Formats: sequence, structure tokens, C-alpha cells
Amino acid sequence: MLLLRRLFVTLVVLAALAFAGFYVLTDPRVVSPSPEIGALPAADIENGKLLFAAGGCASCHATPGQDDKLKLGGGLALASPFGTFHAPNISPHTRDGIGNWGVQDFVDAMAAGVSPNGQHLYPAFPYTSYRLMPPKALADLFAYIRTLAPVEGRAPPHELPFPFNIRRMVGGWKLLFFEGAAFRPDPTKSESWNRGAYLVNGPGHCAECHSARNGLGAIIPATRLAGGPDPEGKGWVPNITQSENGLAKWSKEEIAELLKTGFTPDFDNVGGTMAAVVRNMAQLPDTDRMAMAEYLKSLPAVEGPPRPQAK
Amino acid sequence: MIRTALVLAGLGLGLTAVMAQSNPITERQQAMKAVGAATREGAAMAKGEAAFDSAKAQAIFKTYADAAKKMPALFPDSSKTGGETTAAPKVWDDQAGFKAAFAKFETDAAAGATVASLDGFRTAFGAATKNCGACHEVYRVKK
Ligand code: HEC
Ligand code: HEC
Ligand code: HEC
Repeated sequence: MLLLRRLFVTLVVLAALAFAGFYVLTDPRVVSPSPEIGALPAADIENGKLLFAAGGCASCHATPGQDDKLKLGGGLALASPFGTFHAPNISPHTRDGIGNWGVQDFVDAMAAGVSPNGQHLYPAFPYTSYRLMPPKALADLFAYIRTLAPVEGRAPPHELPFPFNIRRMVGGWKLLFFEGAAFRPDPTKSESWNRGAYLVNGPGHCAECHSARNGLGAIIPATRLAGGPDPEGKGWVPNITQSENGLAKWSKEEIAELLKTGFTPDFDNVGGTMAAVVRNMAQLPDTDRMAMAEYLKSLPAVEGPPRPQAK
Repeated sequence: MIRTALVLAGLGLGLTAVMAQSNPITERQQAMKAVGAATREGAAMAKGEAAFDSAKAQAIFKTYADAAKKMPALFPDSSKTGGETTAAPKVWDDQAGFKAAFAKFETDAAAGATVASLDGFRTAFGAATKNCGACHEVYRVKK
């Protein structure tokens, strides 16, 4: 009897400790601390505009059903295995958008996935890639967004079943899958290679679509850029490593051409979600598209998951 | 003898036409492949890699216009899946929008039907090829 009671007490204590541990470890400030932003020079709005295009922010945040991609009223529904997300209003509207945010708030959201009220943001917002942008770049991007028109109205709330509706759960996810650090150039590589690596892995967030994901929705590192099922459940995203099933036969020029006009070497034109990526990348200078191509051509060949057979 | 051969050949041709008709997926992919091939030539001219030739240029727009006319009828309900089709379900969910996209492609192609200068070609070719990605974005999905 006594033994049983002791066992019970031990279990309760352990459970409480585990809970406290989880609670502490999943605290947004513990699992994803804010980057130091320090003193920043005056914002470069042109650079912010370039990063806005490279980041494809409008693809998710532009108000759906109208043509002005700079109206960032949000509302687009994003399907996922965990439920439906709705991209929020990120226009500079003071009540409904991010008009009241400071630079630090924006950097925390983009690089740490934490909102100004201290809650975790869901990684459906690809801050897992955007975190590679250093605070200076993020401040430029923020300054550019602040030049756009404020849009009234809020997006509908996300439609997520329990337990995915609990933001704290994202803390556990971050513990497992999220590392936060800005891009660090590789001094042994050329400047253009580093520029390409930064654009592909950071703002361009190519891997967010061109990789397979595990049951918890995190990119499986071994399949990075090697293709996989579309994250929204429609179709297949191709391998863009140097695999025979990927871009092995493509020249740098051909990759850069695809990013500018959407044309593949055999003059097909990419569609689906890649079409918007092309429209955005077309706004970058040729040198940036060539830099991305240079980086992609330098990647090892990786075999992705097998593509389902056509029926 | 020769007559029989001719008749047989004629029958054969007729038969392949019927078979192609009965396989709209192959037929629409052929039409699109022709569009792709024409675009390759056009891109070479637009970039100055090939000499501008107005007859060739006009032929490109004719290929576009022919495809735009022919395509909408090649998506019967029975062809939603099968072959290696990359047509998205949206083709059937939004037939009106799909047909309108081809009508726009046809109009933009018509603008190039009589091009006679490289500059004119570049403008018309640029406008017509905007349709490729715009339509594929909505009505096509790689599986
Ligand atoms: C794949 C779609 C997608 C893309 C691309 C995207 N976002 Fe988002 N973003 C989201 C979603 C979904 C949320 C909501 C996350 C949540 O509620 O936890 C979000 C949230 C945000 C927030 C927090 C808003 C708030 O009210 O808390 C900011 C700021 C933001 N995004 C900025 C950007 C910027 C800047 C870019 C481009 C560099 C961008 N996003 C690109 C989907 C996207
Ligand atoms: C929002 C999801 C998404 C993002 C982000 C994305 N892609 Fe894609 N990409 C796709 C899809 C889907 C396709 C297939 C489209 C098609 O063929 O119709 C594709 C196709 C491609 C292709 C053609 C491959 C082939 O074999 O035909 C290349 C190259 C490519 N993407 C490069 C990139 C690069 C580089 C980036 C980052 C700058 C990027 N993609 C970002 C979804 C995405
Ligand atoms: C209004 C819609 C529309 C327009 C405009 C359009 N396409 Fe297509 N295209 C499609 C559809 C739908 C398919 C998929 C057909 C299938 O697989 O059943 C396709 C498939 C293709 C294919 C693949 C054919 C194959 O081998 O299976 C190529 C190449 C292609 N398109 C090139 C182009 C080019 C280049 C342009 C512009 C000059 C263009 N398309 C304009 C709708 C369109």
C-alpha cells in the first residue's frame, strides 16, 4: 500500500516536472529568442522592395480576388494536413494590419516566429527560411511594407482542430525543428554563390515547397530541394538538386531563364504555385537570378522520394 | 493493286484520326507540344539568336491561334484523369474561365498574325507568351 502510494506520488511529481519543463522550454522567448538588432543604418526601401519580391509575400498576403498584389489585406486560405490557415493582414493598417509594429516586432515575427503579444506563429508562415535574413534586411523589408496602402479588415481565424489550435504546441515543434540564425556567408565561395545561397534558402524559401515533409510538417533534411508532394496537397513539386530527375541537365542560363520567364529548356512553361514564384523572381536583377542558378548548380545530386506513378 | 493500297492507306489515316479523336489527352498534349516548339523558335528570334523572318514569325502565331481554337473541345469529362495528363481538376470546375483563357490567348495571338518587324514581333510575342504561365498557374498541376 505504502509502496503504491509512493509510486503514485513519484509519478505525479515526474509528470508535473515534465509539464513544467515543457512549459519552460516551449516559452517563445526560450525556444526562439529575439535576434539582437542593435543600431541600424537608415532603411533602404529599394532593397526592401527586392526582398518583398524575392520573399513572395504577396503570394500569400495579397487580398484574394483582386488584381492589386500590393494590397496586403490577407484572407487567402492555405490548406495543410493540420487544418486551414488564413494569411493575416500585414498592410500598414494600424488596427487590422501591422501599422503599430516596431522594427523589433517585425524582426521577431520574421526571424523567431513570435508575434508582438509573445505568442508563437505557425510555420505555415515560412519564417523557418526568412530567419536567414539579417535584421538590417528585415528592417529594409519592413520599411518597404510601410510605404504600401493600409487595408482595412481582418482575415478569418485559422480553422485548426485540437490540438493544433494551441499556439503553445508550436513551441514543441520549434524545439525539435527550428534553429534561428541569420545567413553566414561561406568565405571559401564566390560572392555570387553566397548571394545565390542566401536568396534560395532565405527570402526565396525554395525548400519550403521543393522538399518532402514529415508527419509534423517539418522539412525532412535529407530531401531538401529534392522534391516531394505539394505541401497544400495538390500534385508534385519537382526535384531541383543536380539529380538526373532534377536539374542535372539544365545549364545555369536555363535555370535563370526559368526564374525570369517560366520557360523550361523544352519550352514548357511552369504552372501551379511556381507561376507566382516566377512573377516575383522576374522582378529581381539578372545577376540575382544567375546567382541562384550558380548556387543550385553547385548542389549535390539528391534523390527525393519516388514520384507517384501516373494512373 | 495500287488502288487497294491507296484505299487501305486512306482507311489507315482515317483510323488514326479517329483514334486520336478518341484520345483527347494525347491530342491536346500534341497541340501544346506544337505550341512549345513554336515558342522555342520565337524565343530564339526575340533574343536575336536567330535571324528575324516574318514568315516564320507569323507561323508561330498561327500555331498559337490553331491550338487556342482546338484546345477547349479536347477536355471531355471522360478525360479528367488518365495518360500523363497534367490538366488540373479546375479545368472542369471552371469551364467558363478555362475557355475565356483560351479566347484571350487567341486574341493575343491574332495581334501577331501580320507582324513584319522584329520590334513588333517582340511586343506581340511577349504579350502572347504571358498567357502560358497565367493559364498553367490555374489549370495545370504536375503530378
Ligand atoms: C506560404 C504563405 C506565406 C508567405 C509566402 C508569407 N507569409 Fe506571412 N504569414 C503566413 C501565415 C499563414 C501567417 C499566420 C501565422 C500565424 O497565425 O501563426 C503569416 C504571418 C505573418 C506575419 C505576422 C502577422 C501577425 O499579425 O502576427 C507577418 C509580419 C508576416 N507574415 C509577414 C510576411 C512577409 C514580410 C512575407 C514575405 C517575406 C511573408 N509573410 C510571406 C503565410 C505566409
Ligand atoms: C510555393 C511553392 C514553390 C516555391 C516557393 C518554389 N517553387 Fe519551384 N516549383 C513549384 C512547383 C509546384 C513546380 C512545378 C510547376 C510546373 O512544372 O508546372 C516548380 C518548378 C520549379 C522548377 C522547374 C523544375 C522542372 O523540372 O521542371 C524549378 C527550376 C524551380 N521550381 C525552382 C525554384 C526555385 C529556384 C525556387 C526558389 C527561388 C522555387 N522553385 C520556389 C513550387 C514552388
Ligand atoms: C488557356 C490555357 C493554356 C494556355 C494559354 C497555354 N496552355 Fe499549355 N497547357 C494547358 C493545359 C491544360 C495543359 C495540360 C494538358 C494535359 O496534360 O492534359 C498544357 C500543357 C502544356 C505542355 C505540356 C504538353 C505535354 O507534353 O504534355 C506544354 C509544353 C505547354 N502546355 C506549353 C505552353 C506554352 C509554351 C504556352 C504559351 C505560348 C501555353 N502552353 C499556353 C493549358 C494552356
